[in-house]
Amino acid sequence: MSTSRYDAIVIGGGHNGLITAAYLARAGRKTVVLEKRPVLGGAAVTEQIFPGFKFSVFSYVVSLLRPEIIRDLDLPSHGLQILPLESTVTPLDNGDYLAGWADPDETRHELERHSPRDAEAAVQFGRLMHHMAMAVKPILAMVPPDPASLAPSDLKGLLKFAGHFRSLGAERFHALHKLMTMSSADYLDEWYEFDPLKATKSASGIIGTFLGPRSPGSAYVLLHHYMGEIDGAFRAWGFQKGGTGAISESIASAARALGAEVRTDAGVAHVIVRDGRAVGVALANGNELHAPIVVSSLDPRRTFVDLVDKKELPDELLSEVSRYRFRGSSGKVNLALSGLPSFTCMPGVGPHLRGAISISPSLEYLERAYDDAKYGEFSRNPYMDIVIPSMIDPGMAPPGKHVMSIFVQYAPYNLNGGWTDAKREAFGDAVVNTLERYAPNIKSLILHRQVLTPADIERITGLSEGNIFAGELALQQLFFLRPSSRWAKYRTPIRGYWQCGSGTHPGGGIMGASGRLAALEIVKAT
Amino acid sequence: MVTRDVTTCAVGQVLYTPWCDAHGKVIDDGTVSRLDERTYRLTSAEPNLRWLAMNSVGLDVTVEDMSARTAALALQGPLSRAVLEQVSPADFASLKYFRLVHTTINDIPVTISRTGYTGDLGFEIWVDADAAVSVWDSLMPFTTAYGLTPCGIWALDLARIEAGLIMLDVDYVSSHHAIIEDQKSSPYEINLGWTVSDTKGPYNGRAALRALKAAGNKWGFVGLEIRWESLEKLYAKRGIPPKLPTIAWRTSTPVCVDDGVVAGYATSGCWSPLLKKYIALAHLQAPHFGPGTDVWMDINVEHRREQVEATVRKLPFFDPERKRA
Repeated sequence: MSTSRYDAIVIGGGHNGLITAAYLARAGRKTVVLEKRPVLGGAAVTEQIFPGFKFSVFSYVVSLLRPEIIRDLDLPSHGLQILPLESTVTPLDNGDYLAGWADPDETRHELERHSPRDAEAAVQFGRLMHHMAMAVKPILAMVPPDPASLAPSDLKGLLKFAGHFRSLGAERFHALHKLMTMSSADYLDEWYEFDPLKATKSASGIIGTFLGPRSPGSAYVLLHHYMGEIDGAFRAWGFQKGGTGAISESIASAARALGAEVRTDAGVAHVIVRDGRAVGVALANGNELHAPIVVSSLDPRRTFVDLVDKKELPDELLSEVSRYRFRGSSGKVNLALSGLPSFTCMPGVGPHLRGAISISPSLEYLERAYDDAKYGEFSRNPYMDIVIPSMIDPGMAPPGKHVMSIFVQYAPYNLNGGWTDAKREAFGDAVVNTLERYAPNIKSLILHRQVLTPADIERITGLSEGNIFAGELALQQLFFLRPSSRWAKYRTPIRGYWQCGSGTHPGGGIMGASGRLAALEIVKAT
Repeated sequence: MVTRDVTTCAVGQVLYTPWCDAHGKVIDDGTVSRLDERTYRLTSAEPNLRWLAMNSVGLDVTVEDMSARTAALALQGPLSRAVLEQVSPADFASLKYFRLVHTTINDIPVTISRTGYTGDLGFEIWVDADAAVSVWDSLMPFTTAYGLTPCGIWALDLARIEAGLIMLDVDYVSSHHAIIEDQKSSPYEINLGWTVSDTKGPYNGRAALRALKAAGNKWGFVGLEIRWESLEKLYAKRGIPPKLPTIAWRTSTPVCVDDGVVAGYATSGCWSPLLKKYIALAHLQAPHFGPGTDVWMDINVEHRREQVEATVRKLPFFDPERKRA
């Protein structure tokens, strides 16, 4: 049995684990990252599932990655290259479409076609969401203070927090409060009248969450998708050249350049705890690595239930973690295509194929899709967010061929009777059949189909119940409650054992803020 | 006539070079391609025919202006080679950086040089003007499969600033246009010292250039990286996030050193979407042009004059291996 010594061991080579490692290495700590899979990235991986075709297998677009991380780690020099995803087209059931383009004037003309009132409202809505994103931005860079604590650091944090909210003014504070508590559909009802527009916008509020557009709390998820920024522009989404795996690779390259060691095929069996203190990890292959700091980038269930012995943790935490909501609700269908789909509403090749195509024709459509999931079935007619990465980065598929990424909701983790191979294929069929209604040639183009259910997402990435955010973005699981009221500052009850994954504040998406804040806390504390 | 030694240019080779007046001040810059044993093609930003005619008196040379009869199309980017391989029989894998080949595109005779103004892998296609549209049409079928996109100067401007490539009348003034002496630049002052041959025989400005070199550079042409934190702070004072230029700017902008003394000026700048950095090209006086030097650049923040922190960087900002590989 060989042993090695490090200053810090990071469990999990997803984007947060790699970011934590990079920042720890930057602070001079001898750091190693351990990834169980042969590829780095966790849910941000690019893989050739079918020869010649590259897929962003799970997470497929980027917006939230914090600009300060891009700067601190100089990620562009390590291969980060984000190409803009500029449009969204929603095919409608009457053969028409609803489009949002990169050019605001074009978008306005398009909206006017459907509702002159909404065209006007969109400008005001955009302004308000800009303010909301500005309001939330400092919180993303803040270790969450505990409002019930009287510790000086918490009081200082709360004071900063209170000052920040005061500076928003009443109107914006009220808007923020509504966003934190309402359903996305109700929130959008205050603004818009054209139903497909409300449906398409509210879809951002259900992604990755076991909520319908009319469920309270979904408005926050909407905001979460608005607070990303690319080149200073909020709400801008992009596509990484080479797929989301290339983001992970760029972070890994930066981490290595800063001196961190990154190991793949290095699954961790458990954290070694001695006298209430983490001292290292035991690998699945029997080897042990030792370090006074062990950081888990895995979700709270893996971090507290799978990696450490129950007896090392207080009962209250274990019970909180057991009730922590994962409830994976989304699946993914990745297609290798011999050519481009032709949509009935916009036949042939056009700029719409370079953006997102949203299957969200009405609020009722989305709510009915949720109804299926509530009773343990996948949606027969699901919500889908479709992109064709090869249209933006031709390197993703052989010339003239394409890859299509379809994010699908709902696919409940707890399916009636459980997920089987047959159920998976039936789910894939439901997706393709639904798509065929809008793009009739799709079936004739499919060279290969990969269907991923929440159970598959859990099995491959380790994300509990296949929840893409490492735990739902629900109000009771955010900020100083993420993942647990007493352990929301990246610490755990075990000394030397830390958490840095998306299950901590602020979490969710390829944001990296959790990984960065955790590393800064660790460096400050040790 | 030019500053580089063209006798070292092999057939099929291309040289980038400026040319100077008798005082060693730059008139223009461009490329010299050796098309065959006795034929060269000079490209320039501006018409230089009169100057060439005046300077070729007594030389065994014929100068012909091909501008109206020659079309040029730049095909640039990581996949440019893959696209050319689809339409031309030439061996592009072995065509080196700054070399050219006479070949065809869909049977249309063309000359293709591995040159360009983007700092990335790329080619320039030279063709009879009559056949230019056919060459364009031969490439357009590749728009979807290879992401081929027509682009103009707005896009090119970002790429050339990232690549640290200068532009006449923007980053420097031709000595033929300069009204005052201060507006003129020697090659040493615009980062082109490497193009001045120490060994070649007499050429325009040789004596002056030797003297200028011996005297040392009073000015340097460098990159500036505007510090994001500083930019963000200036905009936060006004309650807004930084407004980034979506296209390159070309306004001469004062640059100061710590004590508020103006030490130079930036001539072009842009937000680089590729590097995720706000960058600029600048002329700085000695001793302030060393990489790593901290300077302050004037900036208009919401109608108010402010100064933003910037750091001097060596050019180019962007230099991928594939450009030369």
